[in-house]
Amino acid sequence: MNEKLLEIKNLKTSFRIEDQYYAAVDDVSLTVNENEVLAIVGESGCGKSALAFSLMRLHNRAKIEGDILFKGDDVTNYSAGQVNKLRGNEMSMIFQDPLTALNPLMKIGDQIGEVLLLHKGKFSNLNRKQKAISLLDKVGIARPEHVYEQFPHELSGGMRQRVVIAIAIANDPEVLIADEPTTALDATIQSQILDLLNELKENMNAGIILITHDLGVVAEMADRVAVMYAGQIVEVADVHALFGMPQHPYTRSLLSSVPNAESVDSKLHVIQGIVPSLKNLTREGCRFRSRIPWIDESVHEKSPELHEISPNHFVRCTCYKNFYFPDEKKEDKRHGIS
Amino acid sequence: MLRYILRRIFYMIITLFIIATVTFFLMKLLPGSPLSAENKLSESQREVVLEKYGLNDPIPVQYVNYMTGLVRGDLGISFHFDNTPVTDILINRMPPSMVLGGQALIFGTIAGILFGLIAAIYHNGWLDYTSTVIAVLGTSIPSFVFAGLLQWYLANEWGLFPVALWGTYAHTVLPTIALAIFPMATAARFTRTEMLEVLGSDYITTARAKGVTESGIIFKHGLRNSLIPLVTVMGPMAVSLMTGTLVIEKIFAVPGIGEQFVSSIEVLDYPTIMGTTLLFSVLFIVILLVIDILYGLIDPRIRLTGGGR
Repeated sequence: MNEKLLEIKNLKTSFRIEDQYYAAVDDVSLTVNENEVLAIVGESGCGKSALAFSLMRLHNRAKIEGDILFKGDDVTNYSAGQVNKLRGNEMSMIFQDPLTALNPLMKIGDQIGEVLLLHKGKFSNLNRKQKAISLLDKVGIARPEHVYEQFPHELSGGMRQRVVIAIAIANDPEVLIADEPTTALDATIQSQILDLLNELKENMNAGIILITHDLGVVAEMADRVAVMYAGQIVEVADVHALFGMPQHPYTRSLLSSVPNAESVDSKLHVIQGIVPSLKNLTREGCRFRSRIPWIDESVHEKSPELHEISPNHFVRCTCYKNFYFPDEKKEDKRHGIS
Repeated sequence: MLRYILRRIFYMIITLFIIATVTFFLMKLLPGSPLSAENKLSESQREVVLEKYGLNDPIPVQYVNYMTGLVRGDLGISFHFDNTPVTDILINRMPPSMVLGGQALIFGTIAGILFGLIAAIYHNGWLDYTSTVIAVLGTSIPSFVFAGLLQWYLANEWGLFPVALWGTYAHTVLPTIALAIFPMATAARFTRTEMLEVLGSDYITTARAKGVTESGIIFKHGLRNSLIPLVTVMGPMAVSLMTGTLVIEKIFAVPGIGEQFVSSIEVLDYPTIMGTTLLFSVLFIVILLVIDILYGLIDPRIRLTGGGR
């Protein structure tokens, strides 16, 4: 029943800086199944959005290597025309900042109507308007007939994000990519938008790729989680396994840097340093090692691979076996949330 | 909208009153008198002429007289062209300048937008560099150079168009091209810059993700969003084009208003100076109003309201 919708194989997206190409997404392989929410988490600059943009072929000047199979078809070989037929139709995307994602000079109705017109041209104008209004209604906009005639600047951020979502789901996509859909919104609106996405997920048969750096969002929405660091996937697991038994040092560091009501007295973990920039990244060996300097260099693999440590739970590099937090004793290192 | 326009017209009248006053007194400050060049006149003849045109009155009285006439729509009589009303001079001299300026504006803007679009679409390609070079040349080389080249090649060597003078439509072609080069280069530069910025914006990415084709991106989503700054620069340029340019009118011997304006200052033809200045001011103010209305049409975020507080 869970068919593979999207299969990403060894995807490598490189950008040119001066005269050299640097990979922002480096050898990423992932699958997205029907009826599944795959979350991709990681710090800013780890390549999450670059990955999403690669899937939608939205990069202007990037070199993309590897395969992206959509229902078995390699999308990377598609012509511009084929890509345009796919985008907004079978694959669509929700963007991060609703304040800039809508054309300021077009009425809301026309912006939704456009995506219907492009892919479902057979609708009459009247049907298209009705469909657009019903979409606005579906994403929880009160007085959809009124909003249909409005311009983006007349709506609040949360409303605009609902419109962006309406555009994305207009043609019942099979793959929906949500690129930090709640990052630019305030907390109450965030939870409303998450509720909406959850509700839509129930009624759609789509595979959803949810890109976020918010672990709370992951816990609420995701079925499976891929953790990304410096362009690579460092850990992939079922959401319960990932939160219950995180393995990779990066995943564990991320999880322990989230404030927790039960452990008020313990010190919040802070990951040292920053994600290295595209140009300065050391590409040999474990990419996370510079941020856990207290761990002995010898525990890292020379060329770290993803290891399947239990069914469907993959971890890159072997350093997870010897990882401990600086304030823990090396002897009694524990696994799981500490 | 109507209230807004009425309000603007009210301000327009105040502005014109101020312009008329300032111009009147500045003009009187110019050294010399309208009769400086007429050495053959005897002292008594001089007196008669000055008396006839009211130039012996104190300046405040002259000002009041002129303004009273102006309110009644009387622009006075030219000192220079035996008793021709200034209104007639303007009516005769304005059309050639308007035709040339209008054509140059339309042609220059359309061609400029096209060049700018091509440059933006093929950003950093040879088409981009070519059109950038054309734009730089167009803004930096003075129009008389182009005028001369056009006359030499298109008229003299190849005989395609008349060299100069005014009459048939063919007479308008060369001066129009010469005039159009500057607005074209300006429009190209602005369109390119704006378009590149717009093409990098988030809503263009959204449109791409919707499956909009490349031409839809450029024309439907891109162009309209990059028009606002263009309207801002092209408006005042429209005025300067339509009020005639001395250089082009001299070179092509066009009986336009630009040439007329300069010669009326040379001979201190007070009523003609005043009339022409006021006409230019009216044009300028009207164009500014048109620009503001255009803003409102292009961008829904700009609302024109009559109430305004």
